[in-house]
Amino acid sequence: MDWGLILNNTLAWVFMPETIAYAIATLGLAVHFGYGGLLNFGQAGFMALGAYGYAISVLTFGFPWWGGLLVGVVAAVVFALILGLPTLRLRADYLAIATIAAAEVVRLLFQSTIFDDYTNSADGLGGYHESFRSANPFPPGTYGFGPWTWSATDLWVRVFGLILLGLALLVVWLVMRSPWGRVVRGIREDEDAVRALGKNVFAYKMQVLVLGGVLGALGGFVVALPSAVVPAYYLPSLTFFLWTILLLGGAATIFGPVLGSLLYWLIMAFLANVLPALASTGMIPGLNNPSQAGNLRYILVGVALILIVAFRPQGILGNKKEMTFNAR
Amino acid sequence: MHVPGRPRARVRQRPVRRLSLLFAAVFAAITLSTFVASPALADEVGTDEYDFIFSGNVKFEDKPLADVRITVEGGGYDAEVVTGEDGRWRVGVPDKDETYTITLDEETLPKGVIVAEGSATKEAEFGLTNNATVNFFLGEGVRQVTPFSEQLAGRIMNGLNFGLMLALASIGLSLIFGTTGISNFAHAEMVTFGALMALTFGVHLAFPMWIAIPIAVILAGLFGLAQDIGLWKPMRKRGLSVVQLMIISIGLSLGLRYVYLFFYGGGVFQLPNPGSTKIQLLGPIKLSITDMISMGVSLAVLIGVAYWLINTRTGKATRAISDNASLAAASGINVDRVVRIIWILGSALAGLSGVLWAYFRPGIRWDMGWQILLLIFAAVVLGGLGTAFGALLGSIIVGLMVEVSTLWLPSDIKYVSALTVLIVVLLFRPQGILGRRERIG
Amino acid sequence: MPANQPRIKSTGLHVGEIRPGVPKVDPIIVADNVTRSFGGLKAVDVEHLEIPRGAITALIGPNGAGKTTLFNLLTGFDKPDTGTWEFDGKNLAGIPAFKVSQLGQVRTFQLTKSLALLTVLENMKLGAKNQAGEKFWNGLIPALWRKQEEEIEEKALALLERFKLDTKKDDYAASLSGGQRKLLEMARALMSDPTLVMLDEPMAGVNPALTQSLLDHILGLKDSGMTVLFVEHDMAMVRHIADWVVVMAEGRIVAEGPPDEVMKDLAVIDAYLGSHLDTDLGVVTGRIDVIHEDHLVDDIVEEALQTEAGSTTRPGDDIQEEKVQP
Repeated sequence: MDWGLILNNTLAWVFMPETIAYAIATLGLAVHFGYGGLLNFGQAGFMALGAYGYAISVLTFGFPWWGGLLVGVVAAVVFALILGLPTLRLRADYLAIATIAAAEVVRLLFQSTIFDDYTNSADGLGGYHESFRSANPFPPGTYGFGPWTWSATDLWVRVFGLILLGLALLVVWLVMRSPWGRVVRGIREDEDAVRALGKNVFAYKMQVLVLGGVLGALGGFVVALPSAVVPAYYLPSLTFFLWTILLLGGAATIFGPVLGSLLYWLIMAFLANVLPALASTGMIPGLNNPSQAGNLRYILVGVALILIVAFRPQGILGNKKEMTFNAR
Repeated sequence: MHVPGRPRARVRQRPVRRLSLLFAAVFAAITLSTFVASPALADEVGTDEYDFIFSGNVKFEDKPLADVRITVEGGGYDAEVVTGEDGRWRVGVPDKDETYTITLDEETLPKGVIVAEGSATKEAEFGLTNNATVNFFLGEGVRQVTPFSEQLAGRIMNGLNFGLMLALASIGLSLIFGTTGISNFAHAEMVTFGALMALTFGVHLAFPMWIAIPIAVILAGLFGLAQDIGLWKPMRKRGLSVVQLMIISIGLSLGLRYVYLFFYGGGVFQLPNPGSTKIQLLGPIKLSITDMISMGVSLAVLIGVAYWLINTRTGKATRAISDNASLAAASGINVDRVVRIIWILGSALAGLSGVLWAYFRPGIRWDMGWQILLLIFAAVVLGGLGTAFGALLGSIIVGLMVEVSTLWLPSDIKYVSALTVLIVVLLFRPQGILGRRERIG
Repeated sequence: MPANQPRIKSTGLHVGEIRPGVPKVDPIIVADNVTRSFGGLKAVDVEHLEIPRGAITALIGPNGAGKTTLFNLLTGFDKPDTGTWEFDGKNLAGIPAFKVSQLGQVRTFQLTKSLALLTVLENMKLGAKNQAGEKFWNGLIPALWRKQEEEIEEKALALLERFKLDTKKDDYAASLSGGQRKLLEMARALMSDPTLVMLDEPMAGVNPALTQSLLDHILGLKDSGMTVLFVEHDMAMVRHIADWVVVMAEGRIVAEGPPDEVMKDLAVIDAYLGSHLDTDLGVVTGRIDVIHEDHLVDDIVEEALQTEAGSTTRPGDDIQEEKVQP
């Protein structure tokens, strides 16, 4: 086994667009669940809207890249409003089922052949990069060092992703320490009490759903930036990976999602490199197919999710007292 | 709304099981025909003269159809070809950038086979390569002659069948929710587990199916027991909230699914004799032997469960716990024991539902249960979370809706209707059809 | 029960002969034909009710009488099947709970709803009305709300001092005792300067050492010009602080009047104070058995909990009335 290569491949994930994207989308979940107490299991749907909103506006309507970004955000806002109207009055577990169903509806519609002209159905969309890349301020060349060696395009994608992440962190940090955030956290604790104090609980929950959803769409946009948009990416499993990240880092924290995403991807990348290597050397009994080895990682994700929720529900950065699993 | 060159899946008249087969066939055909060079046969026209080749494979129910006439027209060029014994055809055309109209002559199809509505003629062009595949969706029956009532009857029977097997799974989910408060996402993996065990014993170990299926169901029940002993009871004792339990079930679901993938791989496996021919019953109703057995088994088991819930001590205790757990505990009901029985029963029912679904789809996959998990949830919520009879009613509604909606909707969004209804029901009657208003708190 | 402080009660609140539904000189709440059923059972069936302004009114009645349901209806937390009611001359039918509160009618809950994972001070600040920083976009710009926040904090600290919670201001509300939570909930309600304070069983689950201070606080509300409506089981306390008593049973108003006169009312004594003290009226009047059983179970659980917590609350105090409705 080439440990140098494994280390290199793993560390590259520190600045991968997906790492950044998952951090942004998970920050949205932190707004929903950690601060607002909303059990959103449809974050994959918001991400799909961000990605498709971008790709479709560029490919079909010839929008510039920033126009596509805005379309994705607006789509997420509209989706949040439509989703929130019937579901925000529901109990937490009903909300979870409703949101996961709504996200599946979104994915199935993108995957359907009905809108093939716009979505290219199951094959997904690609080739929308020109506008974004032409806005690249970095001259062509090679940047960085070691595992972090990038072309100008790679660098631009990462820098823009980090700018979005920074903005998202700033907004969430500012708004959560304001009186607005206080109301939202109050709703998480007991919405009737907050209602009795004269706050329009429904409106706040809607704002929370929209804010977190927009962050989800931005995450979807960053996922789409370097690659393609394929409906099979936005399965409910994606939402559950984000939840694992959220609970790993700490649900009611600002930096939990960033730390969680970093750890998640580093571990996944490390295992993706190590497991097939182990498999081919025959060091794991019963495992000799390298491609099968990769699937072992998801078993570990499942086990990790169980262990975190059962034994450290506040996550790495969270405060034991401020864990957010109220039975409501 | 039509991208030339892409075979299109807009099929309206056929039962769902054939549809999935056809999908598989078409995708297989697409992938194969781009890589595998067809041998020279009499079913090729113009392939020597021209570099740009349309090809296809006319199949119905996995059997190739020979002597089917296909015409290609465009850019002032036209050609006609007849499929060979293997169902394949190839036509060479002169111009890569032209759009061609390709028509399958329905008259030349065997009796009882038709092309899906509006798809006998296709527009096709070449993408990046010099080859393009054109396939037609074939179905059973003669379109003009199949009356709507007959299509509807077929769909309704299919829907009932699907609904009954959904009910097996959703009653278990509902009972578990009622007694423990867990929205158990890993229930989907119990469905898959049943099918996989039937596969292991019925195919890999070649037991006769009438032994393999009961073994699968019993093992599913034991798996439920193991889950309760190893995971759920300790978690209950730790006093975890329902949200935590729900997320734990998600983790379990994710982990199990990839365990299945790890051991069984990503392919689709069939149980012996998955599809049998349909027999004309009363009027427009047609069912295969498998369908009849499946519906019979579902009905018998459901009636048994209903009897158990209404008449037996444990059944009554189950309902009492669903109603008010602390009251039940205070009246001397051994809640832990009842919950354990419910885990065994619920898992066994899910396993049975998985076996039946493996016949209905047909096929077994590592994530097959996950594919219908949301439909199970939709059924349970529709009927009223925690009410067993609501789950039955909800399942039948969902089953019918999924099947009947394909009369009007493209089948690749047939689940959308059920999921949309789920959201709409939550809007107007969140407690479900049979649920009580107070339940939702 | 302490009765050491003779207070001057408000009198002459009603107009005409004392009877259920009697008009008041200056009513703050007027309700007409308010009904609410759960299943087949009428939980609330109030023909006419007026609550006098500037006084302390007690709402009493056995478990399942519909007191909390009436509270929920008046505050917009539940919707009645029929009826109209107004607060301060404004029709409240169909007005959502948060707007009712903004109008100056705030409530507390039977089972305290302190926001456990917010600090005591944050709990208090949440109670203040018209905060600029509670709008999302304003929240992003601290300059827009910092000054108001300081004023609110000042007010909150003053109230906390009054309620002797100032030393706890940075603790999570979860760490408070049951009685302290009741105090916090009351103090928090006062942050919005309400005109009517509705307290649902303010004494339930409160350590006896704290009852006197709670009583004083309730009397203090009246002194500072607020109207108080509260639900209570403890007749000694009702007699001690209430200016007016409304008795409910099986959803109806069965009697009302000044405390001493209501106590004389035979029906009330029979139904509530006599030999059946602390028993469910539903059982006395031969209503469904299940209710009885349900309560027994809850009582057992309750007792067990109290033994554990070392508190001395009476059994049944914390039973939510909704549970009774089948």
